[in-house]
Amino acid sequence: MLAQIRPALVLMALFTLLVGLAYPLAITGVAGLAFPGAASGSLIERDGKVVGSALIGQSFASDRYFWPRPSATGPDPYNADASSGSNLGPTSAKLRDGVAANIAKLRASGVTGSVPADAAMASGSGLDPDISPEFAHAQSARIAAARGLSEKDVSDLITNAQEGRLMGFIGEPRVNVLKLNLALDKLQG
Amino acid sequence: MSFVGWLQIAALCLAVLAVIKPLGLYMARVFSGERTILSPVLMPAEKALYRLAGVDDQREQGWLAYALAMLAFSIASFVVLYAILRLQAVLPLNPQGFGDVAPDLAFNTAVSFLTNTNWQNYAGETTMSQFSQMAGLTVQNFLSAATGIAIAMAVTRAFMRSRAKTLGNFWVDLTRATLYVLLPLSIVVALVFVAMGLPQTLTSSVTATTLEGGSQVIALGPVASQEAIKQIGTNGGGFFNVNAAHPFENPSALSNLLNIFAMLSVSAALVYSFGQMVGERRQGWAFVATIAILLIAGVGVIYWAEAHGNPILTALGIDPSAGNMEGKEVRFGQSASALYAAVTTGLSDGGVNAMHGSLTGLGGLVPMFLIQLGEVLPGGVGSGLYGLIVFAILAVFVAGLMVGRTPEFLGKKIDGREMKFAMLAVLILPVAILGFTAVSAMLPAAVASIGTPGPHGLSEILYAYSSAAGNNGSAFGGLSGNTPWYNTTLAIAMLLGRFAYVIPVLAIAGSIAAKVRAPASSGTFPTHGPLFVGLLIGVILILGGLQFFPALALGPIVEHFAMLAGQSF
Repeated sequence: MLAQIRPALVLMALFTLLVGLAYPLAITGVAGLAFPGAASGSLIERDGKVVGSALIGQSFASDRYFWPRPSATGPDPYNADASSGSNLGPTSAKLRDGVAANIAKLRASGVTGSVPADAAMASGSGLDPDISPEFAHAQSARIAAARGLSEKDVSDLITNAQEGRLMGFIGEPRVNVLKLNLALDKLQG
Repeated sequence: MSFVGWLQIAALCLAVLAVIKPLGLYMARVFSGERTILSPVLMPAEKALYRLAGVDDQREQGWLAYALAMLAFSIASFVVLYAILRLQAVLPLNPQGFGDVAPDLAFNTAVSFLTNTNWQNYAGETTMSQFSQMAGLTVQNFLSAATGIAIAMAVTRAFMRSRAKTLGNFWVDLTRATLYVLLPLSIVVALVFVAMGLPQTLTSSVTATTLEGGSQVIALGPVASQEAIKQIGTNGGGFFNVNAAHPFENPSALSNLLNIFAMLSVSAALVYSFGQMVGERRQGWAFVATIAILLIAGVGVIYWAEAHGNPILTALGIDPSAGNMEGKEVRFGQSASALYAAVTTGLSDGGVNAMHGSLTGLGGLVPMFLIQLGEVLPGGVGSGLYGLIVFAILAVFVAGLMVGRTPEFLGKKIDGREMKFAMLAVLILPVAILGFTAVSAMLPAAVASIGTPGPHGLSEILYAYSSAAGNNGSAFGGLSGNTPWYNTTLAIAMLLGRFAYVIPVLAIAGSIAAKVRAPASSGTFPTHGPLFVGLLIGVILILGGLQFFPALALGPIVEHFAMLAGQSF
């Protein structure tokens, strides 16, 4: 066992330098040069101010904006400094009551018919940047009324913002809420 | 379930299948000490490492010396990582000013990373400094994986050799696994990840002003470099609390496929390397077939269960057509989430892109069951291969009993000594998993950590110990595991799952290596045909899985029926 102590300690130290410091720092250097936007978090700026990240969902509560999915982060929803899902099991009473409350809120905002699943169930990360096209369309009447737009204008905006499956089969159709709301603001100048 | 969803699953399987042979051949060359295309660059570095560490790379070790070297290295890993976590406040690269990690959490985390479990009782973005993430956790992501590969190669050599006393040199295998396999792959994958949108920066956060005028602090960091080795080394410990469900770890459906591809390829290719090195490629393919059948069945059950949605919520007015979306991301949907859940548990990865605790009863049963099988589909890098070999030894023994012949595997006779060690290894999982679960279910302090009461609560505890003993690292996250009881007992389960498994396996390797390798005769049971694949699947399911059925019946299966009956807890 004694003979093993030197290689154990020396290799541990050298590998820490190699894969613990040299590797991540080298990748950071190359990434910053080759992909500066992505490497620093895909941030979106408007009028020179950072308004969010294209990849991270943010909270919207006003009737004038598309709402994102429910988020289970604490203490506030869409806390991008502390990602979290609800982790509630399928037979949880808390899950049932929470979803019922989310549905009630959507009904009060004018959503009729069956509710898209992503509209009332929290995402895994609590930071899901996307909603389903169905959930987006379910909100268009509310937004059109709040902004004095025609429902068709809002609906066209959703269709333009919608992203499809890559090569027709990778991923799911979705709409990025922050980009959609930025487009909405831009439409009204 | 949809055709398009299955097409995505099939595409991933084909991509992995395409890479198994070239990568497997490359690794076979690396661990046979032959020259590879990277040798001109890496050979000088390799020799320098041996010189500084005082390693004679020509000198091989017997199984006991090999095991002792592995243990010495694991102890050194523990001491260094524990020290880094406990001294976090005074170490550099701590822009958020995080304090020292608490003793029980540091113990749990250090054990978790050195055993390749990567169970996270901490939330990365609110606990770990960048120094801890890089010099502590990332290093163990490499080294615990390299240790697994080294052991698998020692076991492989036992079958290659005849009347041999040695199995190779642990320090050489460890160094070669890191330099020739894990590091080059990680560099490539990390850069592709950045191109796909994963951040890679030393800035710890950015504050954005939201459209509604609020402020949002967005945590950042060197994510891509850690994500790459997290998958390639089947570690699974995420940079962020929610792991690969976080858009910064996994921004798109394409990055999701690369995540799964990265975690699956090395393990699957090692199985091919085994066949190549023992001179029986068909053996490698027989293992690949076994893995593929069980893994695709697992994906299918999760996908089917989740796509049906949750009837309790459907009754409230939810459209069931998108399936159960609680804990899942819109960009992945049901197909990509089911694929990830099955692969991460068939392997011993443990990263997640959807919250396993929010899966439906049967959807959650499958990942738990795949872990309990011993993670041999194809398992963690290295650990999966030696797990499969243990099951193969059991399978030929069962076949030998049925036809009344001395069992042999790849020309090596399997005797009582090997069988005893194989059973010792296989039994450690039920002892650790069921034992700790039973005690926890009786302890009020342990039961208080449950998130969702009722049958799901038992599932949360059962999943935790399965994940720890299986060195997986995924969780039913409702359980608040950051308590002294869970931090300590989960760490013990991880240590048992790693070392009480590996040491018998190395002992088997030692005695197999010493045997004569006999050529196959007409009486030899062929271990590369469909008959053997069927037998191996049966042995994995019965010996690996059956003992967990009573516990599974009380947890996820009861929950499934409660869910169908509309009952909440």
